[in-house]
Amino acid sequence: MIVSMTLELKDIPGQLVLALAPVSELHGNIMSVVHQHEEKTPRGTIPVQVTFEIDQGVLDELIEKLEKSGVGVARVGEERLRSSTSVVLIGHIIHSDIGDTIDRIDSTGFAEVVDLSLSMPAIEKTSSAYLVINAEGEKELKNALEILREVAIKKDMLMIEPIKHNSKAA
Amino acid sequence: MKTVRLSLIGFGAVGQGVAQAILQKKEILKRQGIDLCVVGISDSKGSEINVKGIDLKSALERKKQKGTVAKSNDSALDIIRDVEHQIVVEATPTNIKNGEPGLSNMSAAFNSGRHVVTSNKGPLALCFLQLKETAEDNGVFFRYEATVGGAVPIFNLIHESLAGNRVIGIEGILNGTTNYILTRMTQERLPYELVLKEAQELGIAETDPTYDVEGIDSACKLVILANSVFREAATYRDVKVTGITKITPEALELASKNNYVVKLICEAGNGTLIVAPRLVPKKHPLAVGGTLNVASILTDLAGRITISGKGAGSIETASSILSDILYIVRNS
Repeated sequence: MIVSMTLELKDIPGQLVLALAPVSELHGNIMSVVHQHEEKTPRGTIPVQVTFEIDQGVLDELIEKLEKSGVGVARVGEERLRSSTSVVLIGHIIHSDIGDTIDRIDSTGFAEVVDLSLSMPAIEKTSSAYLVINAEGEKELKNALEILREVAIKKDMLMIEPIKHNSKAA
Repeated sequence: MKTVRLSLIGFGAVGQGVAQAILQKKEILKRQGIDLCVVGISDSKGSEINVKGIDLKSALERKKQKGTVAKSNDSALDIIRDVEHQIVVEATPTNIKNGEPGLSNMSAAFNSGRHVVTSNKGPLALCFLQLKETAEDNGVFFRYEATVGGAVPIFNLIHESLAGNRVIGIEGILNGTTNYILTRMTQERLPYELVLKEAQELGIAETDPTYDVEGIDSACKLVILANSVFREAATYRDVKVTGITKITPEALELASKNNYVVKLICEAGNGTLIVAPRLVPKKHPLAVGGTLNVASILTDLAGRITISGKGAGSIETASSILSDILYIVRNS
């Protein structure tokens, strides 16, 4: 599983290593560390956001180890849907059953529609929707978009996707 | 002084722009030792031929007053085959169905041993490789900077400035009309039909806007890019095309609230050719407004290079044609 933790470190040297060492010891794979040195908590500690992949069975042991070494664990959360994208749909969105459209994504188990804004100018006119889709990873996100593309064709909707990911390098 | 004789085949907006550019730059070019001498001009009604050089000013004036440059019934092919000159500037209208008359004009030029500079997309979108091979077989240049991106020097950039690089992918906005329509719809929150009418009144969109708004013009340009840059034997039929006619102002507003603009984007790379409306982050280099064109080229050595500029217009397109003419003059 992928875990995101907010840790609280004492403001003395060597604390970051102290916090990360147990994750490695338990064969966790650290994916990101955000160290906010300027943002102290009211307790005078420094918050650090750590995201890592680890076996669920050793999570309790990890928290115990961290606390024993004096690192505060303020929050533990599972990061299930890490990839996200937005699309715009244009067509008869409501009359072609928006519930079913969303369900086609949600029922995959690896992707969900997490946000939806809708604009309906008049009854006989086409409506427009902005959707945010989250998925477990890039591959799953691609699959979810492929499903939505098929649904859009079947329901005669225009689907506007973001420009390709390699353009982000720009 | 190096005197280069050329013909202008097609005397519409682009052909007249070329004549104006040559007139405007005559003295500067002479100082560089180049004399561009137009010996034949042809439009749909007839031709003017003068082996000593046509007076471009009076030719432009006559076109304006009578609607034609014709002084004789000679055809474009008569000029191309029988009048002694080096460069044929082919600027007849784009025909995506069979490429004519451009295709026959270009073939005749190559087979008569003349270089071709063109702004005509039709023949290139249909038979790029065939034309290129005919040019090579006859040992002449084939230059087509003006076919894609108007004044924006995409082919020169890729083939000359970025020589040695491998192009991984190209994305861009290659049609100014649709870009104008989408920009205005976003800014004014007006429906598509109304903005299209406005664009037609301003002369930005044609009376029959199908080529532009259905993405056909963009697809033709993408095909030419794919052939020239990736050496793919692609034709118009290989492009997956979606136009902009179904886009609503509400969709643009929803996108805008989330920091996106919608653009008709052309994509080439990985062997696929797509023209479709896309969400583009507002701060992305491809998010240019108005009638502007833009191309972003991803290469292995240089990374990403993005250029933007005017994609249409008589004198702007003539800029690319003049640049191609001078390339030939300097390299032949």
